[in-house]
Amino acid sequence: MNIHEYQAKQIFQKYGVPTPRGIIANTPDQAVANAQELGGNIWVVKAQIHAGGRGLGGGVKLAKSIDEVRELATEILGMTLVTHQTGPEGKLVQKVYIEEGANIQDELYLSVVLDRAAEMPIIMASTEGGMDIETVAEETPEKIIKIAVDPAYGFQGYHGRELVFGLGITDKAEQKKMIQFASKLYTLYMENDAEMIEINPLIKTAEGDFLALDGKMGFDDSALGRHPDIEDMRDISEEDPDEREASQYGLSYISLDGEIGCMVNGAGLAMGTMDTINYMGGTPANFLDVGGSANAETVAKGFEIILKNPKVKAIFVNIFGGIVRCDRIANGIIEATKITDVNVPVIVRLDGTNAPEAAEILKNANISNLIVGDDLGDGAAKAVAAAKGE
Amino acid sequence: MSILVNKDTKVIVQGFTGKEGSFHAEQCMDYGTQIVGGVTPGKGGQTHLGKPVFNTVKDAVNTTGATVSMIFVPPAFVADAVMEAASAGIELAVIITEGAPVRDMQAAKACAVKNGMMTIGPNCPGVITAEECKIGIMPGMIFKKGNVGLISKSGTLTYEGANQVCNEGYGISTAVGIGGDPIIGLSYKQLLQMFQEDPETEAIVMIGEIGGDLEIQAAAYIKENITKPVVAFIAGQTAPAGKRMGHAGAIISGSAGTAKEKMDALQAAGVKVVVSPAEIGKAVKEVLS
Repeated sequence: MNIHEYQAKQIFQKYGVPTPRGIIANTPDQAVANAQELGGNIWVVKAQIHAGGRGLGGGVKLAKSIDEVRELATEILGMTLVTHQTGPEGKLVQKVYIEEGANIQDELYLSVVLDRAAEMPIIMASTEGGMDIETVAEETPEKIIKIAVDPAYGFQGYHGRELVFGLGITDKAEQKKMIQFASKLYTLYMENDAEMIEINPLIKTAEGDFLALDGKMGFDDSALGRHPDIEDMRDISEEDPDEREASQYGLSYISLDGEIGCMVNGAGLAMGTMDTINYMGGTPANFLDVGGSANAETVAKGFEIILKNPKVKAIFVNIFGGIVRCDRIANGIIEATKITDVNVPVIVRLDGTNAPEAAEILKNANISNLIVGDDLGDGAAKAVAAAKGE
Repeated sequence: MSILVNKDTKVIVQGFTGKEGSFHAEQCMDYGTQIVGGVTPGKGGQTHLGKPVFNTVKDAVNTTGATVSMIFVPPAFVADAVMEAASAGIELAVIITEGAPVRDMQAAKACAVKNGMMTIGPNCPGVITAEECKIGIMPGMIFKKGNVGLISKSGTLTYEGANQVCNEGYGISTAVGIGGDPIIGLSYKQLLQMFQEDPETEAIVMIGEIGGDLEIQAAAYIKENITKPVVAFIAGQTAPAGKRMGHAGAIISGSAGTAKEKMDALQAAGVKVVVSPAEIGKAVKEVLS
């Protein structure tokens, strides 16, 4: 689960990680009131969406007067922001964060993320803040410092020294501030079961203070149960409504551009099915994993969600039953044809646990537009042909 | 021969009396696995599925001589269960449970390594040596005995691959579902090495997915160390580019983890890479004939 910048900064502040002061707003009036409350004569108006690249997309702007705060808030609220991480459809901006301006001297980069190979969190830092960090990693990898921290022993003094000397920070007071910054960030990463924290840029002000000017945080979904305060930060308007509806039924659904609806058990086989359709000259309309506890109701729901997409010209049900029993899937297909109007050909390939029983159930149901696929290749070929009207 | 487990392997089940644990323990016993008992704290002394229940893994190991544990406890208790198994001298823990927090698994894996215990999973179908020993949730009937070793991140693609290999007239020596979580136990590299050393295994099927860089590491390892033919499929060639928030993940692995990158690396290492999982069986036939 991801959260907004303003929420990440709330968590930072709770742990004593310094940030500029800011207040969230839903309307231009609120934005103005927030700017007045913050005081000063320069403010930043920042679109709150779950994606990076907001500045380049026109979602982060500087205001030098209260009138300008109103103007920019009016412009940004309600806009559809397109960045390299939103996809071409962009994301609707429903909140702006009004933040006091900062006197920026240097821009740094700092993140904490799991290093899968080392099997422990790693702190990454760079003097090249404010830039696209992937470009930095590619072109000048020596400018990225990586420090692994073993949770069994925690953040030690040497981690801090590697960090500040690596960043070329020589002033004693600044070194101390930076080490504290990183140490607190590591603590909040661990205590909140974060998946990643990224601050780009982390600025050094003219006064020699370090501030998190941005903040991105993602969390381990499996651990949300023990963090109700984080779970409360979920912004469902950032999630796809079909994907959310599917997840309520234990289905994992992602909509795509193609013509063949897919219903598969297991994420790997679901992706493999999409790959096979593509290989045979067709296009998948979605990714749908029915999960391990599929039953008649969830299968029927899956059909309903797939058929909402008007581009779907055929549906390929590909099940290799392990824990999932094929007879339950077969009953689900029959159920689906009763409650929804399944007006496209349905190609069914059922293998594994209780497959013979399932074949019998489907045979006796006499569904007119149902086509049996003998195996993965055969089923995919038939689905591609059916979608082409052959 | 085979790798990791065989007909003589003595297995206990942690989370033995729970719904999932009971159901799958029984299926494993029907397959021929030597389930010698189980652990459910507070139910020690009882009998379940005709086998003794113990309060602790230590009691179970001391009484039964088990060397492998199959773990079915709920996600929040997985780390505890793994650490208990490691401390009791279990040699291999097969963790089936899905949804264990990453931070917990990090600690559990570190503890297992320190105690010299191998782990498989979490969030995986388990391990099976065909017609001898099944430790996990896979449908046993599709695994016919033979000379092909199989390693897969995905559960259902394990079944798909094994089924095709058997339909071509070959069979499986051992199949291992390693799981696709951020922290996993045995990975491609160690298992490739075991299959290379197993005289019964003549070819290896390796099934991967997008994300991470385990397959890239495996490719480098294969190039240097594996002389047996390897067939590979990487799922997710048509998966849409994920809508990511930050960039840190991609930098850490030094690769974007795309299917194409992995397929290219494996191909360059001499692996026979197929573009559709429907081709796995045919490719195995090709490399073995």
